[in-house]
Amino acid sequence: MGVTIEHYLVLSALLFVTGAYGVIIRKNLIVVLMSLELMLNSANLAFVAFSRALGDMTGHVFMIMALTLAAVEVAIGLALVVAIYSHRETLNIDVMKMLKG
Amino acid sequence: MESLLFYIFAAAALAGAIVVVSNKNPVAGALALVLTLFSTAVLFILLLAHFVAVIQVLVYAGAIMVLFLFTVMFLNLREESLGFDAQNIPFKLGALFLVLIICAFLAGIGFKKGLSSVQAVAVEENFGTVQGVGEILFKDYLLPFELTSVLIVVAILGVVVIAKRGSD
Amino acid sequence: MLAWIILVPLIGALINGLVFATGFWKKVLNGNEHTERRIVSVVGCGVILASAIISSIMFLKLRALDPSEREFIQELFVWIPSGEFQVSFELLFDSLSCVMALVVTWVSFLIHIYSIGYMHEDHSYSRYFTYLNLFVFFMLVLVLGNSFPLMFVGWEGVGLASYLLIGFWYDDPEKAYAGRKAFIVNRIGDFGFILGIFLIFFVFGSTGYTEVFDKAMDSNFMRAVPGVVITVIALLLFVGAVGKSAQFPLYVWLPDAMAGPTPVSALIHAATMVTAGVYMVARCNVFYSQSPTAQMVVVGVAAFTAFFAATIALTQNDIKKVLAYSTVSQLGYMFMGVGCGAYAAGMFHLVTHAFFKALLFLGSGSVIHALSGEQDIRRMGGLRKFLPITSITFLVGTLAISGIPLLSGFFSKDEILAALYERGYMIAWLVGLITAVLTALYMMRLYFLTFEGETRAPQELKHHIHESPGTMTAPLIILAVLSVIGGYIGVPEFMAKFVGIHGSDIFGKFLSSSIFVEVVAHLEHHGFGHWTLVVFSIIAAFLGVGIAFYMYKIEPSVPQSLVENPTIAPIYRGSSGKWFVDEIYNWAFVKPFINLSLAAALFDNRVIDGAVNGVAHLIRQGAIFLRSAQTGILRFYAALMAIGATAILIYIVLSARF
Repeated sequence: MGVTIEHYLVLSALLFVTGAYGVIIRKNLIVVLMSLELMLNSANLAFVAFSRALGDMTGHVFMIMALTLAAVEVAIGLALVVAIYSHRETLNIDVMKMLKG
Repeated sequence: MESLLFYIFAAAALAGAIVVVSNKNPVAGALALVLTLFSTAVLFILLLAHFVAVIQVLVYAGAIMVLFLFTVMFLNLREESLGFDAQNIPFKLGALFLVLIICAFLAGIGFKKGLSSVQAVAVEENFGTVQGVGEILFKDYLLPFELTSVLIVVAILGVVVIAKRGSD
Repeated sequence: MLAWIILVPLIGALINGLVFATGFWKKVLNGNEHTERRIVSVVGCGVILASAIISSIMFLKLRALDPSEREFIQELFVWIPSGEFQVSFELLFDSLSCVMALVVTWVSFLIHIYSIGYMHEDHSYSRYFTYLNLFVFFMLVLVLGNSFPLMFVGWEGVGLASYLLIGFWYDDPEKAYAGRKAFIVNRIGDFGFILGIFLIFFVFGSTGYTEVFDKAMDSNFMRAVPGVVITVIALLLFVGAVGKSAQFPLYVWLPDAMAGPTPVSALIHAATMVTAGVYMVARCNVFYSQSPTAQMVVVGVAAFTAFFAATIALTQNDIKKVLAYSTVSQLGYMFMGVGCGAYAAGMFHLVTHAFFKALLFLGSGSVIHALSGEQDIRRMGGLRKFLPITSITFLVGTLAISGIPLLSGFFSKDEILAALYERGYMIAWLVGLITAVLTALYMMRLYFLTFEGETRAPQELKHHIHESPGTMTAPLIILAVLSVIGGYIGVPEFMAKFVGIHGSDIFGKFLSSSIFVEVVAHLEHHGFGHWTLVVFSIIAAFLGVGIAFYMYKIEPSVPQSLVENPTIAPIYRGSSGKWFVDEIYNWAFVKPFINLSLAAALFDNRVIDGAVNGVAHLIRQGAIFLRSAQTGILRFYAALMAIGATAILIYIVLSARF
């Protein structure tokens, strides 16, 4: 059987699910951020796959934008991580319960 | 041939993903993520998205992951326990639901015959090349392009402010 | 012009009330207390005098008119314009309301003058005159109104003024309670009155006198109305009269109302407010004349009341209470008059009674004033030496009410008794006659014990006993004169020549222009002729006076021995205990009602408040429960988002499938 678009989409879904699983399960803030990256990456894969299927390069452009966004988000996120760590000496997100109530 | 490549690198991507999620050590996770990103880049090439693939390696795997590793090592993190204690039950449930998503998705795909195989669609010559991306990026999508540069500037400012506040 | 009759007292009330009674003059304008009293007196009495003069002028104008056209109507404004129910503030000045207006304004004026002296040392002088003026305003609205709602406005208004004045010295809880009692008992009557008005509107489609009475006299219209409806209307209105005019069983507030200042008792509870019921029956003569049942009820209740109250008055020891029960009894006479169809006779007695009862009350006020507040007649006596003017005028009033010939009371009372006899109300006539004996008896007893014999007053009071000032004795004298000559306006025909009067029954003829249905009753001569009846009345009067003379002047020990007599003793106890009516009411109505109120309050607190609070409590608990979802743990939120997204996706996929 040839490799069709559906295969890529399935792979994208699997990667996404894995990333989501990681966001939910892990307590380490760094790992959570990495899982988040995984999810973004899977979305990019889906974009490019569809772009190939439809023959339209808009998908590539989208992918570039998403990539930029991901980079920016990581930068800020890691800055926050540094700030949090220097305050509380821990990166366990269960400890950060200020949203409680 | 193409199918074989696809399956190999898909497996690699998945393997990397699973390691990110399950390994105790953040550094191992970061390295696994690099593997995933590389595999994804190969898959991009298979999809004739040459430019994008290279960008992926340069920016994602090159810059972002380096930043991650840098931070991890800078903060000198210790290992944390994964500890599947009672509190995690809602989370396990969440994970279960995610699996269900996949099944639903698969079921949905299985019944849709709208998308045909990759090879069937004819593409133009410039598809996925630097020239092609350049053309479309600087003609049709110029505004978003400029806006992303603004976004990057804002982010830099934000990072400087946040990191600076934390360190006095 | 007509409107000024009622407006002037209202203005007086407003000035006295807003400027003086509220303390504005004293506190804001830093006025002098003395000046305040002067101005209040002038304003208070002046407006009533103005009203009286205007009424008199209107009376003269009215007389000049032809009898069939004898009325003035003035509309002031439309009060309730509500579709089919239109009520306008309209004043009617016909012979009936003219009589009432004259009595009210002139007697009020005299009492206002009297009050200047009586209330001289009271702290709330301005408040007193405010309320008094307010009362006169409402009373005039009552008698001059041209529709039932307007009459009711006046009805309620005088009830309010009465409450304010009875409880005038509200620092004393008993006095305040008396005011409340008056208002509440009146309310019961008013309830019947309102139902009557509703029924009138339902049957006649309007509540103005002109429309209603025109329709009621139209035999074509009345053919469609069942007779029982008119009876019910008449009886419902009469319920109101029972309350306002203190007939049995709603008379209980009147003796307690003596807690108010004596001029108030004179004005409101003798001459004017309590007579509103009589006026109402006379005004609605069209209804009562068409309902023999209602008439029988009225006469029956009135006769019983007259006798009942007289029996109580015999043994009371408070000078004002005797007069109060006497008022109830005399009101019974008036209702017997208007109830049997002799509207003119009832109104005549109303007028003469206003004169001598006001006189008697003011006289008693003079006595109380002289004795520095003493009201028990067992501690009085021999006051004739000290209070000559008071004593003579009081005697005149006593003789008038007893029905001594040629005084006003004789003519009016006799006319009622004759009317009862001629219309066939034999039992009522007999009861009236016996009550006349009792009336003379207890009134002369009152006179003898108060003014004759040796003084039983305590030593320290004796020094202060002095005759009252001119402001108080002048009204007494005027009223005494009126009590003597007032009867001559209503001398019946057969007596006219004998007495030396030129025209007979001027009063009755004057009133006939307002009494629409001329009840030409079968004036049968059941054996007793006119003169025989008159003789009976005279005998009754002198019998009463004579017995009192014997018991209290000649042989003062007789009353005591009578009381100690074993057969008489229980009767005495019952009579002096007012036949325990108040106690029965307390037990039968007041206590159960209070218990019901307490139960309702308990229910309100526990059940209703409980329900409301319970709901609030429930919501709070719910909120606390829901709040547990806000754990603050980010992963939890992420998991929830994932679950939500999954659900949506499944839904989309499934719906796309089908």
